[in-house]
Amino acid sequence: MADQILTQETQALSPRPLHVRGYGESLVKPPTFEIAPPQGWLNVNFRELWAYREVLYFLIWRDLKVRYKQTAIGIGWVVIQPLATMLIFSLFFGRLARMPSQGLPYPVFYFCALLPWMYFSTSLTNATNTLVEHERMITKVYFPRLFLPFSTVLSGLVDFAVSFVLLVVMMLLYHIVPRMTVLLLPLLLLMAVVTALGTALWLSALNALYRDVRYAIPFMVQFWMFASPVAYPSSLVPERWRWLYGLNPMAGVIEGFRWALTGTQRPSLGLLAVSASMVLLVFVGGLFYFKNMEGAIADRA
Amino acid sequence: MSNLAIQVDNISKQYKLGPRERYLALRDLLTNALKSPWRFFRPATPQGEMLWALKDVSLELKPGEILGIVGRNGAGKSTLLKILTRITKPTSGHARIWGRVGSLLEVGTGFHPELTGRENIFLSGSILGMRRAEIKRKFDEIVAFAGLERFLDTPAKHYSSGMYTRLGFAVAAHLEPEVLLVDEVLAVGDLEFQKKCLGKMKEVSQGGRTVVLVSHQMNQIRRLCTKVLWMDYGRVRQIGPTPEVTGAYEAALMSGTNTQQKRADVPKIKARFLSWEIVEPRASHPHLLTTLGAFTVKFTVEINEPIRLGVHGVEINDADGQLLWGNAAYNLSLEPGICEFIHRMGPLPLKPGPYYWRVTLFNEFERIDIWDCVPELMIGTQPQAHPRDEWAGFLNIPSTFSVQPTTGQ
Repeated sequence: MADQILTQETQALSPRPLHVRGYGESLVKPPTFEIAPPQGWLNVNFRELWAYREVLYFLIWRDLKVRYKQTAIGIGWVVIQPLATMLIFSLFFGRLARMPSQGLPYPVFYFCALLPWMYFSTSLTNATNTLVEHERMITKVYFPRLFLPFSTVLSGLVDFAVSFVLLVVMMLLYHIVPRMTVLLLPLLLLMAVVTALGTALWLSALNALYRDVRYAIPFMVQFWMFASPVAYPSSLVPERWRWLYGLNPMAGVIEGFRWALTGTQRPSLGLLAVSASMVLLVFVGGLFYFKNMEGAIADRA
Repeated sequence: MSNLAIQVDNISKQYKLGPRERYLALRDLLTNALKSPWRFFRPATPQGEMLWALKDVSLELKPGEILGIVGRNGAGKSTLLKILTRITKPTSGHARIWGRVGSLLEVGTGFHPELTGRENIFLSGSILGMRRAEIKRKFDEIVAFAGLERFLDTPAKHYSSGMYTRLGFAVAAHLEPEVLLVDEVLAVGDLEFQKKCLGKMKEVSQGGRTVVLVSHQMNQIRRLCTKVLWMDYGRVRQIGPTPEVTGAYEAALMSGTNTQQKRADVPKIKARFLSWEIVEPRASHPHLLTTLGAFTVKFTVEINEPIRLGVHGVEINDADGQLLWGNAAYNLSLEPGICEFIHRMGPLPLKPGPYYWRVTLFNEFERIDIWDCVPELMIGTQPQAHPRDEWAGFLNIPSTFSVQPTTGQ
């Protein structure tokens, strides 16, 4: 099996096969790897990523093993964080500030938003430092570097799943039955994942090159949260500014989550469309930036 | 041209020599971005002093050949290896490799201290390029090679460094690449295990696989390699059959001027050991010890940047790499220039034969230089031990014997 993959790789990685006419009809095998100076702006080698897919799997597996092994209360931590935040939000923004909640009980209103938001913010925080943490590995062995931020972001999905179970329980308690819109949830989750991936690419590469980026993250996350409809509904934002608001890709994702889960007010299509295009922009931009800086990162480490 | 394993064609690698620029701060970036927005999107622009870590290196290896790379620290050995492993990219030139590449630049790559031995075998194996099915198949073999059956479910953080090394190498030894790239990793681990690893490597190459090995241990190179590449200041100084190149290399080191004189693009290293000799008593040869009494040995060091809180270590090893003695000096403050580290030592009652010094220099944060001194230390004292080898042991201790009659008091 390995050989099979090897041949595939062989074909993929050699731009021009070396047909050298020697004695008789001898044919020189094309090389498995061509090592050449970096060229082009975006040279993501998808075949290589595929060939190395098991490394991604093992990195995710390791993240999960370590995370659930290290913390004394293990899975409890994953449950407590969003629950506590939800309670605080319900109390202060809900009970005390009387934030409009689209007719939803505050706990559900906030938990629907915290679900994607917590996933996103934790991913960012963890991914930012990933290249620096793995400096040793990066300088000692080759594997697609993209997998480092990817694995952090993807392993966060398990925490997401745990919180999701909580949400289902909560919705049962409040007798909220999801509508057909819930079918859109996977799509919105995909949007959240891609946004997290894109941002993680930017931040991890930036942090590897400029080590003080990490210190700006907590502030950035907090700022970003208030620029997203987590603590309030996006309907509070004046209609004519809503498209601008949508430039924050998480705005569309979070508002979409609430809508898909509870079937309340549909977010404006404009907002969703702007957010969706921003998601792509952030992701592709991140891919560019990361690939472009990859060499500099390995040389500096 | 036909049937090659590795072909390196005029590879060069340029590094920027930033003063202390291991990393920048975002605030600098932002100020610069305001000045010239485009630079933000480009990797560090070539400004400041540039250095060619490698310059026009070419070589070809056929399957089954074992290439040893020798040269002083900063000669570009590791950079070449890093390019072949694709860890870093060349600035110009290209290289081709035929076959699956396995690299071993460190023992225990990818190990996580929180995970158990079992889990780490899978993790490290995968990162080094094995497929999951392959690891599963070889799992028992790996465990047996490392001899860690009883500790499989213990987290690696509880392992001793020896156990860590054994497990790391066991995983790496079971890679089955067509091309294996190894950096100075065999210097660690206990003697018996080292021998096991060397055996495994020989086995690897006999199976038609190609090995590239960087090492400071000349006897290791002589024992393993079919071909040797001598690098000097990023260039190929000589490449050819082992005896020829190792001979020339050692002769050059012996003559004291161990490298061609500085060029403009000399890699800037904080400090490095240049040469060593026995200053007192002088024998026919500066690397030959003929006394069983006290002696003085001198290591010459080139210091390029001031060093604070320096640590200098010195070891004596036997030809097999077994550490016989070691000591260290702390809190050194060194100024740029040429320095001599002088050790006055008591008697060295070792059995005559070849030994080598390993000298090290660290500062507070990092390793600056490690040198397995070439040429070797030859001990040429009068043998005092039993004339039959197997009863002689390791030491050479003068002794006298007499019988004192104590009966009939």
